[in-house]
Amino acid sequence: MRVALFITCFNDTLFPETGRATVGVLERLGHEVEFPMEQTCCGQMHFNTGYQREAIPLVRRFVEVFEPYDAVVAPSGSCVGMVRDLYPMAADLAEDADLARRVADLAPRVFELSEFLVKKTGVTDVGAYYPHRVTYHPTCHSLRMLKVGDAPLELLRNVRGMELVELGEAEQCCGFGGTFAVKNAETSAAMLGDKIRRVLDTESEVCTAGDNSCLMHIGGGLRRLQAGINTVHLAEILASTEER
Amino acid sequence: MTIKPPDAFSPGETPTFEASAKTSLADSQLRRNLGKATQTIRRKRAAVVEEMPDWEELREAGRALKERTLRHLDAYLLQLEESVTKAGGVVHWARDADEANRIISGIVREKGANEVVKVKSIATDETKLNEHLESEGIHAFETDLAELIIQLAGETSSHILVPAIHKNRAEIRELFLRELDVEELSDEPKDLANAARLYLRKKFLNAKVGISGANFAVAETGTVAVVESEGNGRMCTTLPPVLVTLMGVEKIVPAWRDFEVFMQLLPRSSTAERMNPYTSFWTGVSEGDGPEEFHLVLLDNGRTDVLADEIGRQTLNCIRCSACLNVCPVYERTGGHAYNSVYPGPIGAILTPQLVGIGKPGSDSLPYASSLCGACYQVCPVKINIPEVLIHLRGRVVRHKQDRGGLRERLDPENAAMRAMAKAFSDPELYENAQRLARVGQWPLVRGGKIGSLPGRLAGWTKVRDLKPVPKQSFREWWKEERG
Repeated sequence: MRVALFITCFNDTLFPETGRATVGVLERLGHEVEFPMEQTCCGQMHFNTGYQREAIPLVRRFVEVFEPYDAVVAPSGSCVGMVRDLYPMAADLAEDADLARRVADLAPRVFELSEFLVKKTGVTDVGAYYPHRVTYHPTCHSLRMLKVGDAPLELLRNVRGMELVELGEAEQCCGFGGTFAVKNAETSAAMLGDKIRRVLDTESEVCTAGDNSCLMHIGGGLRRLQAGINTVHLAEILASTEER
Repeated sequence: MTIKPPDAFSPGETPTFEASAKTSLADSQLRRNLGKATQTIRRKRAAVVEEMPDWEELREAGRALKERTLRHLDAYLLQLEESVTKAGGVVHWARDADEANRIISGIVREKGANEVVKVKSIATDETKLNEHLESEGIHAFETDLAELIIQLAGETSSHILVPAIHKNRAEIRELFLRELDVEELSDEPKDLANAARLYLRKKFLNAKVGISGANFAVAETGTVAVVESEGNGRMCTTLPPVLVTLMGVEKIVPAWRDFEVFMQLLPRSSTAERMNPYTSFWTGVSEGDGPEEFHLVLLDNGRTDVLADEIGRQTLNCIRCSACLNVCPVYERTGGHAYNSVYPGPIGAILTPQLVGIGKPGSDSLPYASSLCGACYQVCPVKINIPEVLIHLRGRVVRHKQDRGGLRERLDPENAAMRAMAKAFSDPELYENAQRLARVGQWPLVRGGKIGSLPGRLAGWTKVRDLKPVPKQSFREWWKEERG
């Protein structure tokens, strides 16, 4: 399948290794991968913080860049959630019926990585090898906005060499929430504290998730504690093979 | 009379959520009480909802019923007035809190009463009825056990269903020993309830006027319903010769049969019970049974403004079950008082700013009191998309500041940063420049391969977390190099 990559501004700038891993997994499965260079950001940070007029040009850009493709894949449940759940609201705010129509047409073709692999193409074993003890945190937007369900876990269960450990109170928010972590830093830190305690309980080497934003927050807390637990994006685990 | 802290429904400025949350986050007893209570009720709710095969259909029916009612609210309200009048009751219309309070104190004064008994009504908390009555020399006794606890403690409610959720048994025992004129008391729930019962019984028997809220009112029949767990509500609505009910205009349902849906949704969502212990219905007055006089006060107080907002109006679907509070990770850590409103938690974060209007710093901070995790929407029995309304209200807050905030708001650093970033994202070339700039600009902050402290408003981030520096090569640079 001809797949357009939406790498998201966050991954592009701060976590390029996740983007490279996404390319690796998709190409290994035989997909023809393209990265439209005109892409920038989905506008979620602006939209969710209230700067919605400022986000509308970003919504337009996203639609223009990605509408020619059969499928768009992003290694972020959060940004895909923005496109699918909130672009219609942005188009309404812009009072642009044409944009609303184009959004409705494009949104069902935009997928989070695990969703694309399991639900769209029916693949649960990507041939990965990752010899570590790993726990999985389901991020709120993957879980509740996109309803990816068990797709990431199905993929992880088929990773060779890996020991998958269940995370307690897994569905509780880690406390990141975009600008929430800055505006309500203390509350966010209290939520993070409880999440980290649960991660420590698993005695894992690695905590994984489908969103680098949540992982940056959890990982930042774990590093501060010098807990010796890494945070690694789901795509990077799926991309790992015995060869490298 | 106790001086209560100002909230969004009082005149004057209220603190922001961020400021108030700091106090509660530091209170370890409160954190423990709240964590324990919300986790328990969360587990119980999940279990009783799980056993309903048609829960999703019920939720959908609840939403549809509420939305249909709100679409024809004017007609249903007039029908309710007609039905109540026909059944011997009197209907009063109140545009705002002041008008509602004046109507109610007028009725109480006319009866020559200087004491009234009340069963929990959040609407009367919203209008500050108790304070108003007190200013006219009338003392209102709260009779719901939890409401009584916080009234005796001189506090405000911190939960819409369990107002004293922030207190534990030992704290309540101490309070009763001090306030209820009892000599010995254990901290067993049974003994605590008994002490309250003895105290309240006297109040019920002496009161000339009872004041209640309403969970529902049926347009077709004029029946008003109160749903509660203790029976104190029923004492309040049946013993005093005069009963006054204050209800928000959105509490109306078209027909009696609509209870079929709501009486399944409400108890399971609120107290995690299969069936509600005390559900009282009354229709006007009936000779020899209950009050001799019944007044229904219909309160607007901003509700029709909420109705006018296309996205915000779903907020009025709320049946005050509090399921959203019990699952909210923010509420669980900060408690209800941090919201500075009679409506705390996720529902309060969307209801309060809409009722009091955008443009007040305290209530404008409420839509930001959420990580947008969506747990509230998942449990809401009438499918209020709380995250969607939160985001919509954040937009209204920002647009209000930008359009009417004057120079100071336009020069606000957040506004400036957001605009600058939007500009950078508007064009791939500008965006790539910004990426390079971030890489260069971060160097004074990087120590030992990490960023341990950020300046200005971002400092909160690095208080408990380390930040990874921006790597040497962006994804797009790699792609260009490899595939370009």
